[in-house]
Amino acid sequence: MSLTVAYGALFTGIVVWLLLVSRFRARSWEALPAGADVDPEHRTPPARIGLWIFLGVISSLFALFISAFFMRMGHNGVASDWKPFPEPLILWINTAVLILGSVAMQWARANVSKGDSKRTRDALKVAGVMTIAFLVGQILAWRLMIISGYFQPHNPAVAFFYLLTLMHALHVIGGMYVWGRMLLRMRAQAGEQHTDQALELTRKFRLSVELCTVYWHYLLFVWLVVFALLLTHSIDSQFVFDRLCDAGSGWRLASG
Amino acid sequence: MAYVAIADRDHEHELHDPQSFIRKYIWSQDHKVIAIQYAVVAIAIGLVALVMSVLMRLQLGFPDTFKLITPDHYYQFITMHGMIMVIYLLTALFLGGFGNYLIPLMLGSRDMVFPYMNMLSFWFYLLAVLVLVAGLFVPGGPTGAGWTLYPPQAILPGTPGATWGIICMLASLAIFIVAFTMGGLNYVTTVLQARCRGMTFMRMPLSVWGIFSASILGLLAFPALFVSAIMMTLDSVVGTSFFLPAVSSMGENLKHSGGSPLLFQHLFWFFGHPEVYIVALPAFGIVSDLLSTHARRNIFGYRMMVWAILAIACLSFVVWAHHMYISGMNPYFGFFFATTTLIIAVPTAIKVYNWVLTIWRGDVHLTVPMLFAIGFIFTFVNGGLTGLFLGNVTVDVPLSGTYFVVAHFHMVMGVSPILVVFGAIYHWYPKITGRMFDERLGKIHFWATFLGTYAIYLPMHYLGILGVPRRYYAYSDSIDFISPSVHIANEWISISAVFVAAVQLIFLFNLVWSYFHGKPAGGNPWRATSLEWQTPDTPPKHGNWGKDLPVVHRWAYDYNVPGAPNDFIPQNQPPDGSVPAGRDHGVKA
Repeated sequence: MSLTVAYGALFTGIVVWLLLVSRFRARSWEALPAGADVDPEHRTPPARIGLWIFLGVISSLFALFISAFFMRMGHNGVASDWKPFPEPLILWINTAVLILGSVAMQWARANVSKGDSKRTRDALKVAGVMTIAFLVGQILAWRLMIISGYFQPHNPAVAFFYLLTLMHALHVIGGMYVWGRMLLRMRAQAGEQHTDQALELTRKFRLSVELCTVYWHYLLFVWLVVFALLLTHSIDSQFVFDRLCDAGSGWRLASG
Repeated sequence: MAYVAIADRDHEHELHDPQSFIRKYIWSQDHKVIAIQYAVVAIAIGLVALVMSVLMRLQLGFPDTFKLITPDHYYQFITMHGMIMVIYLLTALFLGGFGNYLIPLMLGSRDMVFPYMNMLSFWFYLLAVLVLVAGLFVPGGPTGAGWTLYPPQAILPGTPGATWGIICMLASLAIFIVAFTMGGLNYVTTVLQARCRGMTFMRMPLSVWGIFSASILGLLAFPALFVSAIMMTLDSVVGTSFFLPAVSSMGENLKHSGGSPLLFQHLFWFFGHPEVYIVALPAFGIVSDLLSTHARRNIFGYRMMVWAILAIACLSFVVWAHHMYISGMNPYFGFFFATTTLIIAVPTAIKVYNWVLTIWRGDVHLTVPMLFAIGFIFTFVNGGLTGLFLGNVTVDVPLSGTYFVVAHFHMVMGVSPILVVFGAIYHWYPKITGRMFDERLGKIHFWATFLGTYAIYLPMHYLGILGVPRRYYAYSDSIDFISPSVHIANEWISISAVFVAAVQLIFLFNLVWSYFHGKPAGGNPWRATSLEWQTPDTPPKHGNWGKDLPVVHRWAYDYNVPGAPNDFIPQNQPPDGSVPAGRDHGVKA
């Protein structure tokens, strides 16, 4: 089965590659046809491209962590030393807070498009506060794990919980650094400008706010994936899964 | 005025050169200075690894002679030599060194698009090297786990450097990956967004294609090494069991249980095999440009070369487990990875054919860079052919633990890219310094290095066929299957290795001596077409292009075009034949 998937993936890759290279059909040694070259002035800002490439790197990183999670857990059933534990309930609150942070960031993006610098700053502050609250909440979750006696590093389920949440938090902290710098620069320059120049100011920061928003949304997406992964492999979900299986077998017996 | 990098400034803005020594040469954001910083550090740490390899060879060639080289030291030298050469020398030099220097110049850009991050990339790289070197001085010395750092032995008592040494190695790797990510983001984004007018993708020199593809590979593959480094650090320090199974060590049951050493191998080689191409693709690109320039012919099959680079880059992600045939994998998976390994040989072979066809009937100038480029073709074919042997499961299983693998690996991954590095340094030295190197010393360096490396590695194939195991500290006469010829071969290899290592002093002397006493090179001593040779100043000044950015009118391989007055047409020469204003191509009428 896995081998079939592997060959299927290889075949798909070859087809995609053939499609891709079919785009590089230009005869390099001849003069360019009209419109073949994009004017450098009209290219996408490098920062935007750079961010998307960086998101690709983050995707690769978390995809590999998650692959390691499944491989360590074992292909045919859970490894004997893998001991699920109930996820701290505070993770639900943290998730809600991070969603609110992302919403606030989107609000900032909408305001900066309108040229409203004051509301942009307010929205950015709300987003920052929510994100800090998320980080504090994650620390509380780690503390709760220790208090409740589940902190056992040799249990891979616990080790992955800490590892994945820590890696995500580090990326959030990186985002907060950029957020802080952006807010400080915005504040400093706003103080120097007259009101009628505020519009110009927000235009200047439009790209920064937009990229921050993309980053926030992406980290929310990563968190949702990580949270879902942890949740579906927690002791609670196993309990629910077992009950469902029991109910299913009971129904089959009754109907049979 | 504070120095501000100029990557994305408008043309009409004045260019402010950094004035102070610190801003100009230490905390520099200029891609050319950063490239030289990268190259100097990479070559310096590479020399440390070279000395280690000499010490290993002295032990193997003349066992019981050098009492200072203990078994622990031997394994520490193996580990450090392998990791330094692959990561800290080759990767850093090709991407941090050549990538930084060539991308903006070849694309007609003023600098990298994120110069500050580019500067940080170098300083993180330097920090990574310093942490690695610190491992030499910590209690227990550096790790001796072998360059692949396989658990469980990498962090178990009994392995040299299993406490502090391995931590230094893992920390250094993590820092290196952060440095590479900052640099890689720059290289890829600059290629995508900072090409000058007229420089379409299909007009880019193959050097840029190689560096660009390798950077993308690195950005996607290095996270695998990062993940394994973090998880092994936790296994070692915190007591997790990601990679460590239940182990009884030194008569004591350790706390670990259930960990998967195979998981580490998968992660390591998911990085490790693309890493081969992270080094090889820039080498492929650079050697294409060297061959074309010094054979005065357009590169044969340019589009095919680009496609081959892209195909190799994609396929390099689905061949990793051919390094793990002996790990006990499902035979069907072995078959899958053997198939993909043979498939990746196809685009690689296409490139080799195209290199040969490029110089076929060309006006070949046997300059020093050309000698190294031709030497690369020979060596790469040699290493590639033995790779076809090892790509097959049934052949690999008996050969995997022998010197055949050492010979193959060094031919294809060691000597081949190093020959390109030398060729590239000789080729661009006149642009970087403004002076020519000494041609005679360069040729002596080439022949001694080229023949010397064959004297080292050809006998190793023989040892491998004989079944001589690798990783041994000494081959005692009491081991029955070691024939007397093995000892003679080992002595010969060791003497050759010392010779080749010593010859590198000629190279270093040539670099330094020529910098002060070499003949002035002029702007374009090789009469090359690509943009870096068309800069208004040599060495190029801050901002590279003076007031106006160049405009590209053609590809980079217009050599010996029928009807053209010279045997080359620069990329920025307008179709009407007029020479762009302010450009001195260094051509004597």
